[in-house]
Amino acid sequence: MSNLTINTSDQFEFTFSKEAEKEIILILKKYPPERKASAVMPLLDLAQREAGGWLPITALEAVAQKVGLAYMRVLEIASFYTMYNLNPVGKWHLQICGTTPCWLRGSDDILKAIYDTLQIKPNETSKNGDFTLTPVECLGACVNAPILQVNDDFYEDLNYDTTKKLIESLKKGTKRKVGSAKNRKSDPENGATVLLSIKGKKNA
Amino acid sequence: MIKLTVDDKEIEVEEGCTVLQACEIAGVEIPRFCYHDRLSIAGNCRMCLVEVKPGPPKPQASCALPATNGQIISTNSKMVHDARKGVMEFLLINHPLDCPICDQGGECDLQDQAMSFGSDKTRFLENKRAVEEKSMGPLIKTNMTRCIHCTRCVRFSTEVAGVNDLGALGRGESMEITTYLEKSIDSELSACVIDLCPVGALTSKPYAFNARPWELSHTETVDVMDAIGSNIRVDTKGNQVLRVLPRLNEDINEEWISDKTRYAIDGLKNQRLDKPYVRNENGSLEEADWDTAFNKIKDNIDKIKPNEIACLLGDLVDVEAAYAAKVLFQKLNVDNIDCRIDGAEIGEHGRAGYIFNSQINGIDEADALLIFGSNPRLEAPVLNARIRKRYLQGNFPISLIGENNNLTYSVNYLGSKSIDIEKLRDKKNKVYKTLMDAERPMIIVGMGALTDDSSQALLYELRELAEVFGVIKKDWNGFNVLHTSAGRTGALDVGCLPSKKGLSAKQIFSESENSSLSFIWLIGVDNKEVLNLKKPFVVYQGHHGDVGAHVADVILPGAAYTEKNCTYVNTEGRPQFLKQAVFPPGEAKEDWKILRAFSDYVNCKLPFDSLDSLREKIYSDFPHFEDINIIKKSKLSKFGRKGKINDFEMKSPITNFYKTCSISRASETMSLCNEKLNSKIAAE
Repeated sequence: MSNLTINTSDQFEFTFSKEAEKEIILILKKYPPERKASAVMPLLDLAQREAGGWLPITALEAVAQKVGLAYMRVLEIASFYTMYNLNPVGKWHLQICGTTPCWLRGSDDILKAIYDTLQIKPNETSKNGDFTLTPVECLGACVNAPILQVNDDFYEDLNYDTTKKLIESLKKGTKRKVGSAKNRKSDPENGATVLLSIKGKKNA
Repeated sequence: MIKLTVDDKEIEVEEGCTVLQACEIAGVEIPRFCYHDRLSIAGNCRMCLVEVKPGPPKPQASCALPATNGQIISTNSKMVHDARKGVMEFLLINHPLDCPICDQGGECDLQDQAMSFGSDKTRFLENKRAVEEKSMGPLIKTNMTRCIHCTRCVRFSTEVAGVNDLGALGRGESMEITTYLEKSIDSELSACVIDLCPVGALTSKPYAFNARPWELSHTETVDVMDAIGSNIRVDTKGNQVLRVLPRLNEDINEEWISDKTRYAIDGLKNQRLDKPYVRNENGSLEEADWDTAFNKIKDNIDKIKPNEIACLLGDLVDVEAAYAAKVLFQKLNVDNIDCRIDGAEIGEHGRAGYIFNSQINGIDEADALLIFGSNPRLEAPVLNARIRKRYLQGNFPISLIGENNNLTYSVNYLGSKSIDIEKLRDKKNKVYKTLMDAERPMIIVGMGALTDDSSQALLYELRELAEVFGVIKKDWNGFNVLHTSAGRTGALDVGCLPSKKGLSAKQIFSESENSSLSFIWLIGVDNKEVLNLKKPFVVYQGHHGDVGAHVADVILPGAAYTEKNCTYVNTEGRPQFLKQAVFPPGEAKEDWKILRAFSDYVNCKLPFDSLDSLREKIYSDFPHFEDINIIKKSKLSKFGRKGKINDFEMKSPITNFYKTCSISRASETMSLCNEKLNSKIAAE
């Protein structure tokens, strides 16, 4: 079965806020006037933030009118890119990377921790509507795999326990420190094992 | 010119050619799904892979690769064979094996090419994907699981039809072709996507599960739903017309036809007149035989003088019938004969004043356009697509005086009133400059401008302006009249106009109560004004029980356009033959035969007994009919009459695209389209 789902209900009213309107003027200035259609991507992102993490059809139409594109063209763009959500998401949008490096480093444990704390599986939203779990492909931070993206922030080097703690604090509405749970930078976890000669600068 | 080698054959092609086009010129057929001559290049099906040297050592998509000097192209190497086989295997991964229940079966590009280039077994054991059906209105049936994402339909609707309703949502395996929020496609050409679809994803809804292509007989004929005379192929099974498909004609319709052309045919089955009827003393119509009907008419005609008789010819009357009617009523000394039943003030001053002088393919050469009192999108959708095609090429300013509707291209709007013609004389106006600067400017005048009492004056003024702007000059005549009815040009050509003493159709309709008219013969006249004809004795000759038949005292059943061999002249003045595809129902006959048979009753025997002898007569009187499909250049005559132009709103006679003639009014499919349109208007 194809898994394309779009919430086409027009019940959600959408208008850009005053601040957003100012922002739109700044964004449109970046493009030549006859090519303002190019601004569709940043405007969709802005609209998604305005509408609470997702794009109702009314928001898509508002963006289409701003950039002078047909509604269908904007819907095509919004449905092509995975970072635009076409269905409502919770206050905390959890995006779990399951691509090979994260999976090898224990992304399944993160899923389990999320299920144990929130009782949600991939593509589900928690009962109170606060959390939505979405499986995604590589988030581009494999060095500190596994990764869980919460809204705009990356939480790295997670395991079952640290994920549980993260969810618990999100439930209380407090954010934990963004980045590696093991407090490391993007270097090998147990020290370098290859290219040691370069490290010692002997033959460099 | 570029020289290159295709399969060891050296050829020369023009610059700007693609490799695929070069291969076609060399006579090598390249399989393809997404590539289409008249659409932009997408390059996404990968079926047209060929081996090209010099170049990377891998197969290349020939549709998107420009031909260059010295290329060596192989279309038959092992690499190409393997590549095609591989592409076909991928295409078939998610394509269902439902050919036995698919309407495309037997005329399916995927089926044919899978036979030629595919493997005979599958290596794919996983689940196939399934896609929900989409709702695309009453004409297009969808089965999106079969879609191979060639995007021809999307490109057609955005580029040719000019509506952004179709699109591809999602990506990868989740990609789906659909309309915006599953509304129907808002175009008069929407059903062309069915022809374009290389698989069975978009098929014809009214034709669903009706027949297999090999069961059908084909008749190559011409359409009469609008005045441009699109070339069509009528597919029949037994004595039933099952579908209409477009036929390629670069000069007229390219390869598109309107939805009405394609789907009004089910109206040929409904409300048909299949027997003569005569109104009895109780005022109700009673079945009769031909002899009774003719005698009844004769009794009425014998009692009266010729100036009490009138004959009107409707929108769908063919040249043969018009000629026969003209000769018959001339013999009866009748002055009141007219084919301009919408009251158009044209035809009196030479042919150049009522035809599309530049021809339809002249649109491709024009460099500025003024549309005057016409809505080409509804009056001739295929012609409108041609204007849009020219518009997209750029450097084609279009101005509009008339109803301000969405014509699928942007226009300089000058107003909707007839007196807005004065603005064209205003040298400060932008439109004046664009028309003056143009090398080959064009004017399209519609019936919205030509049906007023002062239209002759309007026509005169347009003729003057045409001279000013250089629309009419030695090597270019861009003065075009766009008709709305298929039979009009032909009837004007054979001179079905009132003589000087005679009454025009407009006078007959408006003054029938007071005038001395006591007998009117209607040939396929079905406009509302007919209901005014309460006083005179009315003979209705035609094929549908529409408005005209309701007021008739005698009904003579005629043949519709798929049921007769006849000639129609399109708005360009191009005579075209229509061929008989099926037999008329019951006792219905060709219109000229009815008139010929009746002529015996009034002792005015018409001098022809067969279609050939009738045509010989026509050719001797009007030699330009002899060259079929060829347009005789018309003399640059003066037309129109100087006078005062009334101030009136120029409204296109077509307000409802789906219901314009007796056939489309009887069509259930057109009614469904109409409902859809009405509910859309109500929603807005």
